[in-house]
Amino acid sequence: MGGYLGSYATLGLLLAVGVLFFLVAMTANRLLRTNRPSAAKSTTYECGLDPVGGDWAQAQIRYYVYAYLYVLFAVEAVFLFPWAVIFDDPGFGMTAVVEMGIFVGVLALGLLYAWRKRVLQWT
Amino acid sequence: MHASAYEVLASAASGTLSSFWLLIVIPAASGGILLLLGRRADRWGHLLGCASVGVAFVLGLVYFFQLGGLPATDRRATLDLFTFIQVAALKVDFGLLFDPLSAVFVLLITGVGFLIHVYAVGYMADDPKRRTFFAYFNIFVAAMLLLVLGNNYVMLYIGWEGVGLASYLLISFWYTRPSAATAGKKAFIMNRVGDAGLAIAIFVMFANLHTVSYDGVFANVDRFTSGTTLALGLLLLIGACGKSGQFPLQAWLPDAMEGPTPVSALIHAATMVTAGVYLIARSNPIFDANPTAQAVVAAVGAVTLLIGCIIGCAKDDIKRVLAWSTVSQIGYMFLGVGLGGGAYALAIIHLLAHGFFKAGLFLGAGSVMHAMNDQVDIRRFGGLWKYMKITWITFGVGWLAIIGIPPLSGFFSKEPIIAEAFDRPGWAGWVLGFAALLGAGLTAFYMTRLFVLTFHGPERWTDDIKHPHESPPVMTVPLMLLAIGSAAAGALMATPVQDWLNPTVFGVEGGEVPEHVHLSHTVVTILSIAITVLGGLLGWWLFRNGTSLQEQPAGPVVTAARKNLYGDTVNETVFEKPGTYLTRALVYFDNKGIDGLVNGLAAAVGGGSGRLRRAQTGFVRSYALSMLGGALLVAVAFLVVRLG
Amino acid sequence: MNGFTIATPAQVLAIDVRLPDLDYAAMAPMLVLFGAACLGVLVDAFAPRQSRHTIQFALSFIALTVALLAVIREARVGSRELTADVALAIDGPTLFLQGTLAVLGIVALLLVGERALEKGGPFVSQAAIPVGSEADRRQAREEGATEVFPLTLFALSGMMLFVAANDLLTMFVALEVFSLPLYLLCALARRRRLVSQEAALKYFLLGAFASAFFIFGMALLYGFAGTVSFGGIHDAALLATTSPLLLFTGLAMVAVGLLFKIAAVPFHVWTPDVYQGAPTSVTAFMAACTKVAAFGGLLRVLYVAFDRARWDIEPVIGTIAILTMLVGAILAVTQTDIKRLLAYSSIANAGYLLVGALAFSKEGLSSAMFYLAAYGFTVIAAFAVITLVRDDDGEATHLSRWAGLGREAPLVAGVFTFLMLAFAGIPLTSGFTSKFAVFGAALGVGEAWPVALVIVGVVTSMILAFPYLRVVVMMWLSEPAEQSPTVAIPGAFTSAALMVGVLATLLLGVFPSPVLDLADRAAEFIR
Repeated sequence: MGGYLGSYATLGLLLAVGVLFFLVAMTANRLLRTNRPSAAKSTTYECGLDPVGGDWAQAQIRYYVYAYLYVLFAVEAVFLFPWAVIFDDPGFGMTAVVEMGIFVGVLALGLLYAWRKRVLQWT
Repeated sequence: MHASAYEVLASAASGTLSSFWLLIVIPAASGGILLLLGRRADRWGHLLGCASVGVAFVLGLVYFFQLGGLPATDRRATLDLFTFIQVAALKVDFGLLFDPLSAVFVLLITGVGFLIHVYAVGYMADDPKRRTFFAYFNIFVAAMLLLVLGNNYVMLYIGWEGVGLASYLLISFWYTRPSAATAGKKAFIMNRVGDAGLAIAIFVMFANLHTVSYDGVFANVDRFTSGTTLALGLLLLIGACGKSGQFPLQAWLPDAMEGPTPVSALIHAATMVTAGVYLIARSNPIFDANPTAQAVVAAVGAVTLLIGCIIGCAKDDIKRVLAWSTVSQIGYMFLGVGLGGGAYALAIIHLLAHGFFKAGLFLGAGSVMHAMNDQVDIRRFGGLWKYMKITWITFGVGWLAIIGIPPLSGFFSKEPIIAEAFDRPGWAGWVLGFAALLGAGLTAFYMTRLFVLTFHGPERWTDDIKHPHESPPVMTVPLMLLAIGSAAAGALMATPVQDWLNPTVFGVEGGEVPEHVHLSHTVVTILSIAITVLGGLLGWWLFRNGTSLQEQPAGPVVTAARKNLYGDTVNETVFEKPGTYLTRALVYFDNKGIDGLVNGLAAAVGGGSGRLRRAQTGFVRSYALSMLGGALLVAVAFLVVRLG
Repeated sequence: MNGFTIATPAQVLAIDVRLPDLDYAAMAPMLVLFGAACLGVLVDAFAPRQSRHTIQFALSFIALTVALLAVIREARVGSRELTADVALAIDGPTLFLQGTLAVLGIVALLLVGERALEKGGPFVSQAAIPVGSEADRRQAREEGATEVFPLTLFALSGMMLFVAANDLLTMFVALEVFSLPLYLLCALARRRRLVSQEAALKYFLLGAFASAFFIFGMALLYGFAGTVSFGGIHDAALLATTSPLLLFTGLAMVAVGLLFKIAAVPFHVWTPDVYQGAPTSVTAFMAACTKVAAFGGLLRVLYVAFDRARWDIEPVIGTIAILTMLVGAILAVTQTDIKRLLAYSSIANAGYLLVGALAFSKEGLSSAMFYLAAYGFTVIAAFAVITLVRDDDGEATHLSRWAGLGREAPLVAGVFTFLMLAFAGIPLTSGFTSKFAVFGAALGVGEAWPVALVIVGVVTSMILAFPYLRVVVMMWLSEPAEQSPTVAIPGAFTSAALMVGVLATLLLGVFPSPVLDLADRAAEFIR
C-alpha cells in the first residue's frame, strides 16, 4: 500500500468498520426486538408537538433582486483586484483602463436598467 | 453478357436529342401552371393538362426515331444539366439518359398517359376539382418521366419519391371517405419500406464506388464482392417490391383502388407500378453478377403471380379483381427480369403490352361504373353487353389479351416468359415454369369470371339502376385506341423490341437462341394455350347463369383468398404490433424518466390508478435523474471502450 | 520528458503577463451584437414606451445586418487565425456558422418582431413575476414589452462567440452568455404564463445541471493537459503521458454538457416541454440558432481537441446518435401537439447531424454545416406557420385543432405541407439534399460505424415521415372540428420570414451546390 491513495487506507478501513458496526447493531436490533406497530407509533414523532402545515417557507422575492445585484458587484471586485496590481505595468496602461471601464460600464448598465424599472424600490 | 462487359459509351446528346429534357419540363410546367393559376384556369385546365402530355408524346416519338436513326451501338444520349449535389468525392449530376430502355418507357408513359388524360376529361367532367386533378396528373407524368430518364440512381430516386407522392395525393385527396385515407396511408407505409431499401442500396453503391451514376456503377460491378452484389440486389428488390406491389409488400396496391378510376389505370396499372420492373431491368448488370439475387427475384415474381391469381378469383369488386390481376401480371414481369438474359426484354414487352390492356380494362371498368352509379360489385352487374356495346367489345379485347389468347398481345408477351421459365436448369425450371403455367390458367379463369359476370348472364342490378348508358365519346375513343393497342401490340412488338433493347441495354446478342432444358418451345406453347382455354371455359361454364347476389360462406381456401391470403394480418402481427409496443414502452420511459419508472413500479404494485397518473410527471427532478444516469453511462462507456 | 506541467502559483507570478493581441475586425460580429444589445437595454430603460418597439426592432435588425456584413468581409479577406491569444479561432467553420447564425437570426427576428397577430406582441417584459399575482396580470395587459430584443441579441452574440471559442473556458463563458437569455426568453409568453414559466424553469435547472457537467469535465481535462485550449488538449492526447482516465472522463463530462444543448438522447428530456412552453417565435429561434451554435461548438471540440480519440469516441457518441434518431423518430409518432412533434423531430435531426459529425472528415464537417443552415430555414418557417393558426386563447397547437385546415386556408396549409415534406426528406427539398449530404459524407469514410449509423438514419427518416404525413392528412382530409381555429393573416414580418424560409428550403433542395461549395471550402478548422 503505497502512493497517493495509500495514505487514505486508514480512513477507508475506518469507514468500513463504521458501516459494519452500524449494520451489525441494526440487524441485531431487528432480530431481537418485538414488533407491535400501532397508528400512534407510525406518526412522525412519538413525542413533542404534532407536525402541522407544509414544509415550504416563503421568502420575500425582493431579497433575491438585492442578492443578485450584490453578487454582481462582488464578482466584479474579484476582477478589479488583479487588474489593480498590473494596470500601470508597461504595455497595459490606457488599454487596460478602457477595457475595465467597459466591463464596469456593462455592469452599471444592469443597475441602471433595474433602477429605471423601479426594481430597487422596496415597497 | 458478363457484368464486366459493360461498356461506357461516349454519348453526350447532340442535335435534336439535346433537348430531350423538354419531355420532363413540359408536363411539370403544365402542372405548375394549373396549380398556380388556381380557379382562373378552371375552364381550360383539363385541356392544357391533356395537351402537355400529348406534346410530350409527340416529342417522345421524334426522339425515339432520332435514337433509332443512330447505329445500334451508339443508341444512347446523356445530358448533364447541372451538378446537383457535390460533397467532395460524392458528385451527383442532374443528368438524364435517353437510351432504348428509357425510350420505350417514355412512349408508354406519354402514349398511354395521353389516352388516359383524354378519358379523364370525360370521367371527371362533374368534379369541381377537375383542374387540380389534372395538375397532379401532370406532375405525376413528369415525375415518372424523370424516374425513367435519370442517368443515375439519385435521379431515379427523386422520380421514385415524386411518383409515390403524386400517387398518394391522387389516392387520398379525391375521396374524403376514411377508407381512401386509410388506403393512402397503407400505400405510403409499404412504399416507405421499399424506399428505405432503395435508399440504402444507393448508399451502399456510393460507399463502395463513390459514384451513383449508372455508368459508374455498372462498369465497376466486378469490383463488388459477391456479398455486396447480393445485398445490393436484395435491397433494390425490396425497393422494387414496394413500388410494384410484389410479395411481401403487395397489400397496398389493391387498396389503392379507392382513387378515381383514371388514377388506377394510369398509376396503378400502366406506369408507376412497373417502376420496380424498370429498376431491376435498369440494374441488370448488378443482377447478372449475382445468380442468387436473380433467383430471389424470380421466386418473388412466381410467388406473387400465384398470390395475385388466387386472390383475384375470390374478389367481387371489379376494380379489386383488376388490381390483383395487376399484382399477378407484374409477378410475371418480375419472373422475367429474374430469369435474366434474354428474358429481360420479354419482361419489358409484357410490361408494354400490359400497359395497354390493363389500362383498357381499368378504363372499361370505369365506364361500367359510370353506367352503374359507381357501383363496383360484379355480383350486381350482368347483361350489360346489350347496353354498352363499345365498352363490351373493348373490354372483351382486353380480356382476351390478358389471358393470352393468340393472336392478341398477351399471348406474345406472356407465353415466352413461361417458356423461358421452363428453360431454367434444374428443379427451379420445373417449379417456376409450372407456377407460371398455373398462373396463366388461373388468370383465364378469374378474368373470364369477371367478364361474364359483368357483361353476360341475367341482369342482377340493384333497384336504383334503370337504364345503363354508354359513356360519351371522350371516354370511348381512348377505350377503342387502347383496345387496338391491346390487340395488335404483342405481335408487332415481340421481335422489334427485343432487337431494340437487347444489344445496347441488356448486352444480349441478337442471334442467341436459348437452350430448351425441360420442354421444347412448342410443347410449352401448346400447354399454355390449352390451360388458358381450359381456365376460360371453366369460368364461362360456372358463371354463364350469373351468381348469387351475396357473398356465400365458403371453405377455408376461398375464405383465405377473400381475406387477401391474410396478408394484412401478417403485416399487422409482424410490423404493427411490435411497433406499437416499442412506441408505448418508449413513451413510458420518456414521460417518466427513471424516477417515473420507480414510481410506476410502486404504483403498479399498489394498483392505484391515481398513483399511476401522478407517476406521469414531467417533473424536472426525474429529467435530471435521467440526465445523471445518462452522464454516468457515457462516462462508463468511454472508459470501457478505452480500457476494456 | 513531461512536455507540460501544471503551473504552481510561483510560476504563475513568474509568467510574463502580456495583453493578448486582439483582431477587432475578426471579432466585430460579436462586438457589434453585444454593443447593440447593451444599447437595447438603455433604449428599454429610457425611450418612451410607444416608440420602443420600432427603435428596438430597427436597432436589432441593423446590428444583425452589420454583423453579417462583418462576417462576409472577414470571409472575403480569407482570415484564418487564432486571436485573443488562442481563445478565439477565426477560421472557415467559424465564419460559415457565424454567417448562418446572422442570417437565421434575422429571419427569427422577423418573427419575434411581429405584432400584427396579437395586440401588443406576444411577449411580456418580466419573466419571473409569480403567475396569478396582481403584478403579473397587469403586465399581461400592458402592451409593448420589448425586452425580448436585447435578450435575443445577447443570445446571438453568445452563440457567435461559442462557435469561435477555441478553449474550454471561453466556450463555457459563451455557453452561459447564450443560455441565460434563452432561459428568460422562454418565460416571456404573454399567454399561458404558467406553462411558459414552467418551461423556462425546467430549461434553466437542467441547463445549469448540464453546465456543471461541462465545468467538471473542463477541470478534469485541465488536469490531464495542463491547459484548456483545444490545441493543447490535442497535443497532450498525442503525448499521452498522463492517465487517459482523466482525458476520457473529462471528455465524457464535456460531451454531456454539449449533448444537452443539441438535445441528444438521453439528454433530450427538456426539449419537448421547453419547445411547447416557450413563445413560438422564441422556439423557432432556439430550434434554428441554438442548434447551429451547439453543433458548431461540438464539432470544434470533436475535430480540434479530440480527433486523436475518434476511435474511442465513435462507439459511444455513435450509440448516442442511434438512440437519438430512434427515440426522436418513434416518439414523434405519438405526439398530439404540433410543437412537441417538432421538438421530437428536432431531436431526431440532432441524431442525423451527429452522423455527419462522426464522419471525422472534411466532408462530414461541411455536410453537417450545410445541414444546420438548411434545417434552420425550414424549422423557422414551420414555427412561423404555427404562429398563424390561432383561436381565442392564442395559438391552437393541438393537432386535432388543425383538422380540415386545408379547406379554410389552402395557402397556409400548402406551405406547411411543403415544409413537412422537407422534414420528411422528400427530394427537391433541402431536407433531402441535406440528409443525402450527411449520409453520403458518413459513407465516404468507408468504415463500419458510419455505415451502421447511415442505415439507422435511413430507416428512422422513413419512420419519421409518418408523423409529418399525419399532420398533412389531418389538414387536408379530416373534417374540421366544431370550433376550428382561424388562420390569422400574417403580418409583413411573418410573411417575409415565411417566404425566406420556404424559398431557402426549395432552393437548397433544387440547387444546393453553391451553398454546399461554400460549406466545403469553409470546412477546415485551425488548431
